[in-house]
Amino acid sequence: MKILVAVKRVVDYAVKVRVKPDRTAVDTASAKMSMNPFCEIAVEEALRLREAGAAAEVVAATVGPAASADTLRTALAMGADRAVHVLHDPDPARPLLPLAVAKILRALAIQENPGLFILGKQAIDDDCNQTGQMLAGLLNWPQGTFASKVIVDKEKQTATVEREVDGGIETICLDLPAVITTDLRLNQPRYATLPNIMKAKSKVIKKVTPAELNVDIRSDMEVVQVDEPPKRKAGVILSSVDELLDKLKNEARVL
Amino acid sequence: MQRWLPALLRRAAGAGGGSPARRSLASCSSLLFDDTQEQFKESVHRFAQEHIAPHAAAIDASNYFPKEVNLWKLMGDFNLHGLTSPEEYGGLGLGYMYHCIAMEEISRASGSVGLSYGAHSNLCINQLVRNGSPAQKEKYLPKLISGEHVGALAMSEPNSGSDVVSMKCKAEKVDGGYVINGNKMWCTNGPSAQTLVVYAKTDITAGSKGITAFIIEKGMPGFSTAQKLDKLGMRGSDTCELVFENCFVPHENVLGEEGKGVYVMMSGLDLERLVLAAGPIGLMQACLDVVLPYVRQREQFGRPIGEFQFVQGKMADMYTSLQSSR
Repeated sequence: MKILVAVKRVVDYAVKVRVKPDRTAVDTASAKMSMNPFCEIAVEEALRLREAGAAAEVVAATVGPAASADTLRTALAMGADRAVHVLHDPDPARPLLPLAVAKILRALAIQENPGLFILGKQAIDDDCNQTGQMLAGLLNWPQGTFASKVIVDKEKQTATVEREVDGGIETICLDLPAVITTDLRLNQPRYATLPNIMKAKSKVIKKVTPAELNVDIRSDMEVVQVDEPPKRKAGVILSSVDELLDKLKNEARVL
Repeated sequence: MQRWLPALLRRAAGAGGGSPARRSLASCSSLLFDDTQEQFKESVHRFAQEHIAPHAAAIDASNYFPKEVNLWKLMGDFNLHGLTSPEEYGGLGLGYMYHCIAMEEISRASGSVGLSYGAHSNLCINQLVRNGSPAQKEKYLPKLISGEHVGALAMSEPNSGSDVVSMKCKAEKVDGGYVINGNKMWCTNGPSAQTLVVYAKTDITAGSKGITAFIIEKGMPGFSTAQKLDKLGMRGSDTCELVFENCFVPHENVLGEEGKGVYVMMSGLDLERLVLAAGPIGLMQACLDVVLPYVRQREQFGRPIGEFQFVQGKMADMYTSLQSSR
């Protein structure tokens, strides 16, 4: 079985971002970029499944500009066998939306025919949490999102997924092929050790364009303005219940 | 151990031309490193920040190399000890640039751990690699490279520092080997090392030509370590005095040739200076890591102090010093 893993190049989680002075986008010009943390967990899970014998090959894929090749190289250095780079230069005014990414990934899935497609549950730059679900819908595959545990049964060709949902943990069983999105507690991603980094240099990264995949990625949405969230105002300590009632009635006007 | 590093990979590592990806101001080093080295630096940085940095404050306060976590083994698992050692003993057979990168990132997390790491991986391991016989390398390198054993090197004495050739530690030739008598001072990793490279005079009258290098093992009768030093800086990088009282060392433990120890020592020092120089670079980088966010956040007179010209001048000086030192 082949496992396809989608990874995204995002601003590093430790960077404190700011909005550009012209308020058109977040300033990423000099920000450190890394693989989305949830995507790292996705790569790690795919590698563990391969090491356990449930899969034979792990293929990493990304959609992004030339610099996204760095992210693929990280996936290869962690242990992925090969990678696919769908080239796309971002336009901050018309960003690539989850639906477009899902369409691209669907095209890759049809080409590669994997038994599992694993993605991070969301990207830390846009926090959409949509791509995995949309991909499953487009492919008409079952989905196990927010996975905190994945067990694959090779004979039965099923995946048992424990999902972290608001009410607790839900366990579902999916027929393969299926889409899984990863949550934080699924695993602890491995480091790329130097021998693996060197090994990765000879692994293949195939380059394609959305046009070659017959996918129309025109965005229906246009970003008009980006602002920082308003600064949190300091709280007020009140001296009595009467004062609280007065403020709720006259200032906040909720009573 | 992995055996997949043909010359091909060394060529690939040497070929430059990384992608022109933008890096954050605090760690702009893409002019110096190729892609692989950049990736390696990033990887060691993450490893050091997650595994070494959390212990740094406690190490400094207690003056103890951490006992609750085996950092030597962790670093060994990360292939950090044998960067310049041959693959057949578990090393990676790479150049000193990689060693410097590792030294910088480990020191960035904890200066003490960095110093001990440098002494272990360069002063001891690399000297064995460069001067050891196949039998000696086979015997000592694998455990040192895996992190199971700790290495050290001793040349200075209480009265021989800069003038190290004036050392008085004697090695008298006897049947089957030598008997060593004397003291060594300021030996990094001395308290915990299983394998030590020690220089002694086999011929007191011959000056520099009378020095021989020996491989000493912990537990050899007559060899003991004395008080651990309570240092002002690099606390936790265990340093102590070595005491030799009629310590018998067999012939096969001579490193290099009798009387040729000074070549072992001086040529080793050249490389030691190179690798350990990356330690202060890591410390400078760590300072910037702390200072840059702080000047944006600390406010006085109604503004972040980073907006004041003098502070900006200081930061520019810090950055320039760091980058030119690189």
